[in-house]
Amino acid sequence: MAVCVESAPRTLYDKLVDAHTVRSLDDEAREVLLYVDRTVLNEYTSPQAFTGLREAGRPVARPEAALAVVDHVNSTEPGRAEDRNAASRDIQMSYFARNCAEFGIELFDLFHRQQGIEHVVMPELGLVLPGMVIAAGDSHTTTYGAFGALGFGIGTSDIEHMLATQTLVYRRLRNMKIEVTGGLPLGVTAKDLIMAVISKIGASGANGFAIEFAGSTIEAMSMEGRMTVCNMAVECGARGAVIAPDETVFAYLSDKPRAPKGGGLSAALKHWMSLKSDPGASFDKTVQLEAREIAPMVTWGTSPDQAGPITDTIPDPEREVDPVRQRDYRKAIDYMGLAPGLPLADIRIDRAFIGSCTNARIEDLRAAATILKGRTVATHVKALVVPGSSEVRRQAEREGIARIFTEAGFEWRQSGCSMCLAMNDDVAAAGERCASSTNRNFEGRQGAGARTHLMSPAMVAAAAVTGHLCDVRTLGGGDAD
Amino acid sequence: MPTEPFICRTAHIAALPAANIDTDVIMPKVFLKGVDRKGLEAGVFHDLRFDEQGSPLPDFVLNRTPWDKSEFLVAGPNFGCGSSREHAVWGLLQLGIRAIFTESFAGIFFDNCARNGLLAVELNADKIAFLTSLAEAGERVSVDLESQNISAPQGEITFHIDERRRRMLMNGLDAIGMTLEWREDIAAFQDAYLTTYPWLAPQ
Repeated sequence: MAVCVESAPRTLYDKLVDAHTVRSLDDEAREVLLYVDRTVLNEYTSPQAFTGLREAGRPVARPEAALAVVDHVNSTEPGRAEDRNAASRDIQMSYFARNCAEFGIELFDLFHRQQGIEHVVMPELGLVLPGMVIAAGDSHTTTYGAFGALGFGIGTSDIEHMLATQTLVYRRLRNMKIEVTGGLPLGVTAKDLIMAVISKIGASGANGFAIEFAGSTIEAMSMEGRMTVCNMAVECGARGAVIAPDETVFAYLSDKPRAPKGGGLSAALKHWMSLKSDPGASFDKTVQLEAREIAPMVTWGTSPDQAGPITDTIPDPEREVDPVRQRDYRKAIDYMGLAPGLPLADIRIDRAFIGSCTNARIEDLRAAATILKGRTVATHVKALVVPGSSEVRRQAEREGIARIFTEAGFEWRQSGCSMCLAMNDDVAAAGERCASSTNRNFEGRQGAGARTHLMSPAMVAAAAVTGHLCDVRTLGGGDAD
Repeated sequence: MPTEPFICRTAHIAALPAANIDTDVIMPKVFLKGVDRKGLEAGVFHDLRFDEQGSPLPDFVLNRTPWDKSEFLVAGPNFGCGSSREHAVWGLLQLGIRAIFTESFAGIFFDNCARNGLLAVELNADKIAFLTSLAEAGERVSVDLESQNISAPQGEITFHIDERRRRMLMNGLDAIGMTLEWREDIAAFQDAYLTTYPWLAPQ
């Protein structure tokens, strides 16, 4: 008698891993050889990988599956293009150019029209497609989950492995579902949502997990918002965050230069629409949030989970029962130069920064500009805006957003990672306090001794004009037209 | 690149009990400007180890006797979170660190350890507390990867890592070389894959 075997319902994450499994490396298929569709390389995590290939005499398996972008170490000064020799003087940028030339990889260097932050450039070119596996030498590669792709960060040894073999030795993660329902209140953004998630589950809450974000709040979210959410999933430990692709994704891809067109697109769309978790697929952990309970968030400490709604006060470590957490809170509050009980909205800032792969897309700049229109940056605040890509920069200039920033007193810069990790000259001084639209508030992240408060771009704008952390909801939009 | 094998080592163990020690703290950005793996020893925990003049800070555990000779770390949970920078692992190895024990590692850091022959072991809270007590007592401990056992005069504990990783650590194998032995499997997979999803094939 024939036995009809139905395969067990699978999550979207499991389907992506299964579809890319070349072979199992153990009996339970926990560890697999995983095929990688595409990668993006930067100048600071890739050099030793190329050196390794060269020393072993190994070619790059699929050079056309890689794009190289200069973003981490470069200047964002408006006049940087006038110094054509700057890149050749920089050892990382010049070695990057040599490697790309020798191994046949397309390079967006400092002077390329499409230069920008890797995780902003890849989507805007249409290089991130639903169903792909994309691994890259940057932890925020999780961004690509917004497209229903599995994106994750890897170290330099794995970059070398991937370039040489088009595969990675990959350990399968467990499945976590984060379901968010309802409409986000006015003034509350995707950034606040993901910060609320991280604050709820902790900086290691998703270690060993891939997250699937689902629910009506996520479904209603723009691509920019989804990218912000997936981008910061790594800040709670997730090495992969996916959202089932839908019409929002397909519409976004429809005018992107390198996305499939014509007959290829019809076949692709059919496949893309099938990319979702099966009904009844089991998740090892499920977290639920109500969007209406989320308020504008800010971090007060030195880990992304040390955060609260802007209406909160700095917590009192003495009230923490867990001794490790009590010590960590004390240390963080001390580093940040704050005191228990201080209202978050009373914290005076020295700097405002809008930028990074988390929040420097066009929608982010528009949101900040809405607050800045007709207002000026407080006299004691130095404010910087670094568009996510040269393309975003041009678009903002066309839309008149650039002028709103400059009239308000922000410096309008060229693209790059800039003050998110301060590998270039955009550094905060010791003791300086920065309202930042970035992703990490670690000790020393924006400069040795610098103090970072993470928040949404609109909240950074509100802090910039008032001179202190500020509830954007109390400010309202700037001048109406 | 083949790594240095790890079989059994005996050395001091230093405790870094804070949670969420991130790779920005392990290897600050000023040490990320090179194109090779050299000279990263100086960068490890730089802002915790040295003052602004570059003098060692006497209170930091790795500057104190006997922990300045440590080959092992017992650390707070979520060790190595944040940036993917493998420089953190290269620097720790250059400083002489050969094994790290914690309740949990961040994923990318954990993989970076495996690729470079740095033994990374997750243990439960009781075992971490035991190792922390040994560290604070200034004991030397023996870490044996053959028997997956950590011993000291006060007692011993066992640990378990997956067999493939254990074999690679003990033999110092070249991961890329191993994968390339499956190159025919990869080529066959790729042909089938690009046929199934033709819009992904080179145009």
